[in-house]
Amino acid sequence: MSSIGTGYDLSASQFSPDGRVFQVEYAMKAVENSGTVIGLRGKDGVVLAAEKLVMSKLHEPGTNKRIFNVDRHVGMAFSGLIADARQIVDIARREAANYRSQYGVSIPLNYLNDRVSMYMHAYTLYSAVRPYGCSVILASCGEEGPTMYTIDPSGVSYGYHGCAIGKAKQSAKTEIEKLKLSGMTCRELVKEAAKIIYLVHDELKDKNFELELSWMCEESGGRHEKVPEHVFLEAEKAAKQAMEADSDSDTEDM
Amino acid sequence: MFRNQYDSDVTVWSPQGRLHQVEYAMEAVNLGSATVGLKSKTHAVLIALKRASSELSAYQKKIINIDDHIGITISGLTADARILSRYMRTECLNYKYSHDTHLPLNRLISQLGNKMQLCTQRYDRRPYGVGLLVAGYDDQGAHIYQTCPSANYYDCKAMSIGARSQSARTYLEKHLEELSSCSLEELIKHGLRALRDTLPPEVDLTIKNVSIGYVGKGQSFKILVDDETGPYLAMIQGEERRGGGAQEPPAGPLRDEAGDQDQGPRDPVPAVAMDTE
Amino acid sequence: MFDAAGNPPPFWHNGPTPGGLYNFPGPKTAPSDFRQHSQAPVTTATSIVAMQYNKGVIIAGDLLGSYGSLARYRNCPRIMKVNDNIILGAGGDYADFQYVKDIIEQKIIDEDCLDDGFKLKPKSLYCWLTRIMYNRRSKFDPFWNNFVVGGLQDGEPFLGTVDKLGTAYTDKIVCSGYGAYIAVPLLREALEKNPTPSKAEARALVEKCMEVLYYRDARSYPKYQIATIDEADGAVVEDLVSVNQNWSLAHMIY
Repeated sequence: MSSIGTGYDLSASQFSPDGRVFQVEYAMKAVENSGTVIGLRGKDGVVLAAEKLVMSKLHEPGTNKRIFNVDRHVGMAFSGLIADARQIVDIARREAANYRSQYGVSIPLNYLNDRVSMYMHAYTLYSAVRPYGCSVILASCGEEGPTMYTIDPSGVSYGYHGCAIGKAKQSAKTEIEKLKLSGMTCRELVKEAAKIIYLVHDELKDKNFELELSWMCEESGGRHEKVPEHVFLEAEKAAKQAMEADSDSDTEDM
Repeated sequence: MFRNQYDSDVTVWSPQGRLHQVEYAMEAVNLGSATVGLKSKTHAVLIALKRASSELSAYQKKIINIDDHIGITISGLTADARILSRYMRTECLNYKYSHDTHLPLNRLISQLGNKMQLCTQRYDRRPYGVGLLVAGYDDQGAHIYQTCPSANYYDCKAMSIGARSQSARTYLEKHLEELSSCSLEELIKHGLRALRDTLPPEVDLTIKNVSIGYVGKGQSFKILVDDETGPYLAMIQGEERRGGGAQEPPAGPLRDEAGDQDQGPRDPVPAVAMDTE
Repeated sequence: MFDAAGNPPPFWHNGPTPGGLYNFPGPKTAPSDFRQHSQAPVTTATSIVAMQYNKGVIIAGDLLGSYGSLARYRNCPRIMKVNDNIILGAGGDYADFQYVKDIIEQKIIDEDCLDDGFKLKPKSLYCWLTRIMYNRRSKFDPFWNNFVVGGLQDGEPFLGTVDKLGTAYTDKIVCSGYGAYIAVPLLREALEKNPTPSKAEARALVEKCMEVLYYRDARSYPKYQIATIDEADGAVVEDLVSVNQNWSLAHMIY
């Protein structure tokens, strides 16, 4: 990034001489400073998992959730600035409500993804506003089967089988690539997702975190919701055991 | 002229992915006098330290009534706080008008958060330079929320913001376990002690510089000022203060100059740059 | 001097033109944007019969959509479960009901998305509907409906109604349309004898009212819905209840 500081990186409405829009790239940096969020799409549904870093002992557990409902059948997880993300959630909900009032059926995810990504993209075009400081994962499990997209602060979006955003996205992606996603059920994916979040969590830099897990599948009736408590506890337990087994084998190696 | 190249507007991201203007606005909260919020299962309490701008002036009001079930205390720019409190009052009234019931606290706060976020993304605005502690009671019990200029907000067990509030937070963290089963009276005492920890040794809490607000089960939000705070202050009178014995009452009103600015103008050095939470 | 249309100039600024009429400044006495708003319903549904019983509320309404005196549509459900706390019945214009129903359904979806543990209560919906209805009637553009809200408010039965003028009240018995004349006296008499009927007793009473209404009300239909709400069984809408018709008298009438 040799052009940093040359004055071409102060506005979203300005290209640098080598054809980049730095403000958008900087906004993506904000995402990389935030807790890891992953999405896994299996054969019967989608699982979202988030690592929520706990800032203070004085906060109630469960404050500032990172996974939201957008509509009955659509979930959204984000990484980045929570205040920005809530704004995205808000417009996604409005788009979903608007579609329902116009067409009488719930919005297909590809339409919602189009609308939300166009909205985020619009914030990369003008100097009067800044790009959003968050990436989001949109997922649903409707008539078109399980689907999942991520949208960047740039407004670019891709569909995914498995994706990761935030701090440890690289190592999380490496872990996800080891899975045979298309053959797995949500029950299995929930455990894998919990394991990955525990694995990529950096204990030295960030002490405490809360795990969040949500899914949409047949078991949830196609709806997006938090995974039921017993499933959550089971997944968390398995993840912790896997971590212990991992560290045991590490010490044996040494 | 600028501290760095990237802090001129809220619309500018720094190469590290930070928003310096927003971080500076967060500093405005630390310029206000300290305030404490804490709750038990049945009650939420706000304790605030008031300042007077001169010998002749009255003490600046720190606790504001929002609705029967909600009150706030502020730290930072008072004028900004008035805008926010007017908004919160309107929202509560509208909800009561249309739904015949109190607006749940979490919904009010998330609406407020969305309103505050807009000011962090547009060239023609600046963030609100005020932090709030919101105390309320609804169907899900007592709540303390903290809001920031960054438009972040937190559901808290207890919290303190404002000048030297770290000492109060330390006190609260230490007594966190006891709080949930406290009576209202004990809760107020804990709050006063936490607030007292933020004071320099030569200053103490008096009926002039303290106000107390509380709300709870079957109790509308109530603000105690002046003499009404006396009985509670008497309860913690003479207790040993952390880092020093009980102090003489202050000679004069605690002024703006008293606390923070005696070290000369400080550089804004945010400890947590901006929570990317 | 003369304008393009050949008219002479006015005598003075904004004054009359020779041979023309003087236009007084200020607003015109007759509004130019006059519109005739909905002052008559089109497809209508008839009575709603509702009452409280000792632990809950029961609401009934038939399935007929009348087009004037023509029994045009025979499957117009107009009793809905709003959420676990609330059931809603409506009479009057069917299109207006469908419109309001969509808004209420979206309201519930929005609330479900928040997932904050708060659920709309019947008093709130009743108040909200009252505001909507009064607001519209004040614009001379009313929703042509009678709404009946039943539910559990903090464990206690609640029954309220609002009409197209925004007139609202709560009572142990609510009947709209023809039922206000036919069913209310029957129910009042029964309640005088037994102020706290059981669910079964209430149901028998309501079924009796629906039968009487079917024989007396020329805009009624023998198929109807019954919804009940109480702690024990939750909110249940039965979609197809029938009047046991008895026409044995018919041969005696000429």
